[in-house]
Amino acid sequence: MATLAPHATAPLLDVAGGAAPLPDAPDAFMPSRGFWGQVGHKLLRDPVAMTAACVILAIVAVALLAPWITPMDPYRGSMIRRLKPVGDATYLLGSDELGRDMLSRLMLGGRLSLFIGVTPVILAFVIGSGIGILAGYVGGWLNTVLMRTIDVFFAFPSVLLAIALSGALGAGVFNSIVSLTCVFVPQIARVAESVTTQIRSRDYVDAARLSGASTFTILRVQVLGNVLGPIFVYATSLISVSMILASGLSFLGLGVKPPEPEWGLMLNTLRTAIYVNPLVAALPGLAIFIVSISFNLFSDGLRSAMEVKA
Amino acid sequence: MSTPIGQPTVPPDRDRGGPAQPLLSIDGLVKHFPVKKGLGGRPAVVRAVDGVDFTILKGETLGIVGESGCGKSTTARLIMGLMPHDSGELLFDGELIGGRALPWRDFRAQTQMVFQDSYASLNPRMTVEGSIAFGPRVHGVPKRQAIERARSLLARVGLEPSRFAARYPHELSGGQRQRVNIARALALQPRLVVLDEAVSALDKSVEAQVLNLLMDLKQEFALTYLFISHDLNVVRFLCDRVAVMYLGQVVEIGPADTVLASPAHPYTAALLSSMPSMDPDARTQVAPLAGDPPNPIDPPPGCRFHPRCTLAEEVCKGRVPPLAPVDPVHRVACLARQPGSGHSAAPTLSVAA
Amino acid sequence: MSRGIAKEPAVAIRGLKVVFGGVVEAVDGVDLTLERGQAVALIGESGSGKSVTLRAIMRLNPERRTRIEGEIRVAGREVMTLSSRALRALRGREVAMIFQEPLLALDPVYTVGRQITEAIRQHEKIGSEAARRRALQLFERVRIPSPERRLDSYPHEMSGGMRQRAMIALALACRPQVLLADEPTTALDATVQIQILLLLRELQAELGLSTIFVTHDLGAAVEVADRIAVMYAGRIVEEGSARDVVLAPHHPYTIGLLRSRADGALAKGSRLETIPGSPPDLAARPPGCPFAPRCFLAEDRCRVDAPPDVVVATGHRAACWHTEAAHAAFQGDRARLLEAAV
Repeated sequence: MATLAPHATAPLLDVAGGAAPLPDAPDAFMPSRGFWGQVGHKLLRDPVAMTAACVILAIVAVALLAPWITPMDPYRGSMIRRLKPVGDATYLLGSDELGRDMLSRLMLGGRLSLFIGVTPVILAFVIGSGIGILAGYVGGWLNTVLMRTIDVFFAFPSVLLAIALSGALGAGVFNSIVSLTCVFVPQIARVAESVTTQIRSRDYVDAARLSGASTFTILRVQVLGNVLGPIFVYATSLISVSMILASGLSFLGLGVKPPEPEWGLMLNTLRTAIYVNPLVAALPGLAIFIVSISFNLFSDGLRSAMEVKA
Repeated sequence: MSTPIGQPTVPPDRDRGGPAQPLLSIDGLVKHFPVKKGLGGRPAVVRAVDGVDFTILKGETLGIVGESGCGKSTTARLIMGLMPHDSGELLFDGELIGGRALPWRDFRAQTQMVFQDSYASLNPRMTVEGSIAFGPRVHGVPKRQAIERARSLLARVGLEPSRFAARYPHELSGGQRQRVNIARALALQPRLVVLDEAVSALDKSVEAQVLNLLMDLKQEFALTYLFISHDLNVVRFLCDRVAVMYLGQVVEIGPADTVLASPAHPYTAALLSSMPSMDPDARTQVAPLAGDPPNPIDPPPGCRFHPRCTLAEEVCKGRVPPLAPVDPVHRVACLARQPGSGHSAAPTLSVAA
Repeated sequence: MSRGIAKEPAVAIRGLKVVFGGVVEAVDGVDLTLERGQAVALIGESGSGKSVTLRAIMRLNPERRTRIEGEIRVAGREVMTLSSRALRALRGREVAMIFQEPLLALDPVYTVGRQITEAIRQHEKIGSEAARRRALQLFERVRIPSPERRLDSYPHEMSGGMRQRAMIALALACRPQVLLADEPTTALDATVQIQILLLLRELQAELGLSTIFVTHDLGAAVEVADRIAVMYAGRIVEEGSARDVVLAPHHPYTIGLLRSRADGALAKGSRLETIPGSPPDLAARPPGCPFAPRCFLAEDRCRVDAPPDVVVATGHRAACWHTEAAHAAFQGDRARLLEAAV
C-alpha cells in the first residue's frame, strides 16, 4: 500500500472546523438561537415591522382597556351637540350624529372591530390548515376531492360570499364570525395545501419515511413545523381583509346592531354626515385603515424574517 | 465488529442467511412513469427502470454509474420503497421485502439512504441532534438514549457534539451537513446504506474527507454500501464491483478494477474515455460519443445503445442483448461479446471461456 | 477582429479587491493577465472567489452591496470607470459570458434563434434576414444537429448539451474578443462535458478568442486551458502553464488538491490524502497566509506575514514561503507512487 508524502499525518477524525471558525457560522460559544429566536431577532431589527407592531399593540391595549379609559360615556348622546368638529373643546375628535363622543366610540368600537376581524382568521387558520395539510400530504384522490370542493367556495368573491352567508344566517356578531370564517377557510386551505405539497417532496421528509415513521408522526414532527410558518404569515395578511369585510357587513346591517359601537357600523350611521362634517364621518374609516395596514406591514416583516438563508 | 451505541432496537442476531447469501437481490425490477400528452396524444411512458437485476453481497461496496436518464436514482428509490415498483422481486437477506417475514418497518431499520442534496435532506427547523435522534425515537428508543446515540454518532463522523449538536442545518457547510446525514443514516444501525450521489455536490477536498470517513465507517460498523455516482474515479477507488446503467438497464456489471480498466461494453468504454485528461501533453482529441444521453420515453428497439455505438450492426437493432457472462464474475449486455449472437465481432463458440 | 494596440493583453487585472456588505472579503488582491488568444482556467473551490472575479470583469456584481478596488482593463479600457452606456456596449460585443445553467441564462419565452438575432441586431445594424443567417452559421459552428430547425426551438425543448451549445452560440453572436465561462460544464453529464470542452477549445483556437474559464475540476481545466491559476480564499496562490501547475506544482494547496483526487494511480483500500480543516471565514480573515491553518508546511512566519508571489520559473509563480519544500514533497509523492506500481 503506497504511503504518500511525509507531512504531518491528518488527524484520525478529519474534524471539519479545525482551528478556524466555521464560515458563516456564529461563534461556537454562542448558543444557537433556534429558528423562532432568529425570526424574532430579525424582526426586532426591522423598523417598519416594529412600528406596525407597536401600533397594533397600542390599539389592542386601548381596545382592551376601553371600558375604563374612555373620556366620556360612548353611549350618551346629546342632540344639541351633534356633529361637533374635530378639535372641539369637549369632544376631542368631534361627536357623531347623535352627539356621542367620537373618541370614546372609536376606542370602544375597536374592541368589536378587532374581535370580529381577528377571530374568523384564527378559526379559519385552524380549520383551513387542517384541511389543506391533510390534502397536501396525502395527495391523490383525497386531495382532489377536498381541493375541488374548496375551489367551489373559492369561486365566489369574498364580499359576496360573506354577505350571502350573513344574510342567510341573520345579523349579529356570532353569525358574522361564522360567515367570515367560511370565507377564509378556502383561502387558507389552498395555501396550506400548496405549501404542504412542496414540503412533502423534500428529501428530509423522504428520509423521515425511510426511518419507518408513521404518517402521523411525520406530519407532527417533520412537516407541521415547516408548514405552519408560511400559513401563519398568510393568515396575518388576511386580518386586514377580515376587518374590512366585518366592517362592511356591519355597514350593511348584517353584523353588529346599534347602539353598539363598531367601526363599520359607525361608518354607516355617519354616512349622511359627510356633507356636514366629512372629517368626523371619515374617522372610523381611518381607524380601519390604520389597523389594516399595520397588520399588513407586520405580516410582510414576518415573512421577510422567516426567510432562511442556506 | 459493530460497536453498539445505546440500546439496539433490532436484535443483534440479524444475519439470517450467512455470508454466502446476498444482502440485497434485485430481479426484473421495472418502473414506468406515465406522461400525460394532453388530449389526442398517445399516452407515453417514461421507462425509467426497465428490467434491472443485480445482487449486493454482504460487506461489499457495489457502485452504480450512468448518466442522466439511466435510472440509477430511480432504482435507489425503488429499493428503499420510496415509490412502489411496477414489477420485480426485491429480496433482503433472502426475505421478500414487505412480506410477512420482513415487513417494511423492519426493513427500514436495516437499510438507510444518504441523499445528494445535503441541505434538502435535513429539516431546517430541527437541530442536528434532533434530526439524528428522530429515527431511533420512532423505533421506541427513549429520548435521552436517542440523544446520547446522536451525540456519539456526531463525534464519530468528526463533528464535535458540544459545538454542533444544537446547530441548525443552515449554519453548517455542505460537507458538515453531509456528515450529519451520514450520522443520521447510521442512527438505526443499518446493514445496508445506499449513497445516492452523496459526495457529488461537495468540493473535491471535502469529498476526499467524506470518502475516507465512509471507508472507516464501513469497516467499523460492518456495513454494505450501494454507491451511486457519475464519477468513475471515485467509484474505481471505493467500490468492489460496479454496475453500469444505460436507459433503464444494466449494460455491464463486474469487479470495479476489471470493468473500469478493460470495459467490455462500448458504452462503458465511452464513459471512461470521456473523463478529462490530466496530462496537458495528451489532451483528449475526439469526444467518444456524440449528442446527449437520450430520453427514456421512447427507447430505441433492440439494444438501446445501438444508435450511438461504434460497433453497431443490423443484428443489434433486432435483438435485446441479454446480460450474459464474459467470465464468472463479469457480465455484459452486448451482442459483440456474446458467442453465437450473430454479431461479426462476437467470439466463436469454441473460444468462449 | 483585434482592435487597439496589438500587444495589449485582452484582460489585465491588477490588485482586485471585492468586498460584499462591507464585511466579506471575497477577493483579496488578485493580479491576472490574459494575453490575446490565450485560455486561462481559474480553479478553486467554493468560497475561493473565482466566480466573483469573473463577474467583476463585466461588473455583474450587485452595485450597492459591493465595494471594488483595483484595476481591470479589458482590451485596453478601464472597466471600473466606464459609463453604463459604454458598459452595455462592452458586454456582449467585446466581452461575452456563458454560465453554468443555460436555463437560467436563456429567456424561456423566446426561441433561441430569436434571442441570438436580437443580440446581434442590438449591437450591429443588419436586417433580420442577415441576422438569422448569422445565427444559422453560429449554430453550425457549435455543432448543433439540424440547426435550421433548432433555431425555432425554445430552451426547454432542448437537451442539456444542446442548450449549452446554444448559449455558446449566443455568446459568440457579436464576435466578442473575450469569452468568460463560469463553470459551463459542471452540470453536464460526462459524455456531454467532454464534447463541450473540446468545442470550446476548438472555437478558441479558430476564432482567436481570449478565454477565462472558471471551474473546480482540474481535469476540465487541463483540457481547455493553456494556463491555470489556482485560487484560494480570494487570492491566486499559484499560476502557470497547465504543465507547470499539474506536473510541477509549487504551492501546498495545489498539491493538496492533486493529492485528494481519487486518481487511477491510487491503490484501493488506501486512504485519500485530504486537506484537513475547512476554508477560512471571509468576513474575519486571519493575518498572514490564508492557507496556513491547513498547510502541512506552515510555520510561525506563515501565520503572520502573507507570502508574496515567488517566481519559480518563467511564467510560473506561487505565493508561498516554502515553494521549494512543497515541490519536493510533491516529487516525493510521485516517486513513492512509481515505486509502489513497480
